[in-house]
Amino acid sequence: MDVPILKQRDYLIASIQAVLTDRDLLNLRDKLVQQVGNFRSKGVILDVTGLDVMDSFSVRTLRDMAHMIRLRGADTVIVGIQPEVAFAMVQLGLSLEGVPTALDLEEGLAYLGRIPKRPVPKHRP
Amino acid sequence: MAIFQVNTATTLMDTIETVPIRTVTDIVIARQRGRDRALSMRFSETEATLIATIISELARNIVLYAQHGEILIGSLDNPPRRGISIVSRDEGPGIADVQRALLGGYSTSGGLGLGLCGVRRMVDEFQLETAPGKGTTVAVKKWAR
Ligand SMILES: Nc1ncnc2c1ncn2[C@@H]1O[C@H](COP(=O)(O)OP(=O)(O)OP(=O)(O)O)[C@@H](O)[C@H]1O
Ligand SMILES: [Mg+2]
Repeated sequence: MDVPILKQRDYLIASIQAVLTDRDLLNLRDKLVQQVGNFRSKGVILDVTGLDVMDSFSVRTLRDMAHMIRLRGADTVIVGIQPEVAFAMVQLGLSLEGVPTALDLEEGLAYLGRIPKRPVPKHRP
Repeated sequence: MAIFQVNTATTLMDTIETVPIRTVTDIVIARQRGRDRALSMRFSETEATLIATIISELARNIVLYAQHGEILIGSLDNPPRRGISIVSRDEGPGIADVQRALLGGYSTSGGLGLGLCGVRRMVDEFQLETAPGKGTTVAVKKWAR
């Protein structure tokens, strides 16, 4: 399963529509980390509505992905975690740690819009 | 070394479905079968997702550590209660330090080390049999609420 990545202004939007294997998820991670550079994107929205489960592997992969994207100078927000998936994650003892989440695509866009632009670091003489 | 808990119900033999596990695609197939079984037994959507998550963790451990094995999904015989049994078994390297593997946060593959201890928390009965060189069998049971 290839996940389509849409470009909207400064953002990339990836919507997982169907069930993904571990390999598909790793491919998506690599593709997003790459495309943030290609499109000079400031933010990434990952819509996980279509994920059937979030287990230890997917949570670790999403955490890594957000961290890598951060290192590339962009912010990530994960949207669309379904109630039963959230329940299972808590039962398993999994957390997305510092990765921001929002209810849906609309809230995700609003979240990224509220992040102030990062100042350009000043060099001391 | 084995960790046992009391058995309160047996699995109905003719309900057992075996899913061979060899690739990452098999992990997805197995957890979908588990979800379907749960829903067909009138487990809630939340419980079906728990079942799918449990199978995902166990099947991935097979692929990661033992290369191949199988997942058995069965229904429990204890009416009017409804229950599902899941068995994961392989003939891989086995687990040397079971206590540590169950404690959580311990991983030999750079993972979070939360699979086994998480599964244990999510089920009503948990049984693990493993020894170095002898493979690993994890058998769990979960009742509908
Ligand atoms: N079927 C198995 N065969 C051999 N060793 C196993 C098996 N399942 C688990 N283990 C061992 O037990 C450890 C803990 O397993 P567990 O599933 O809890 O965590 P993990 O697989 O390392 O990481 P995570 O599941 O969080 O991604 C593993 O690192 C591995 O060493
Ligand atoms: Mg694991």
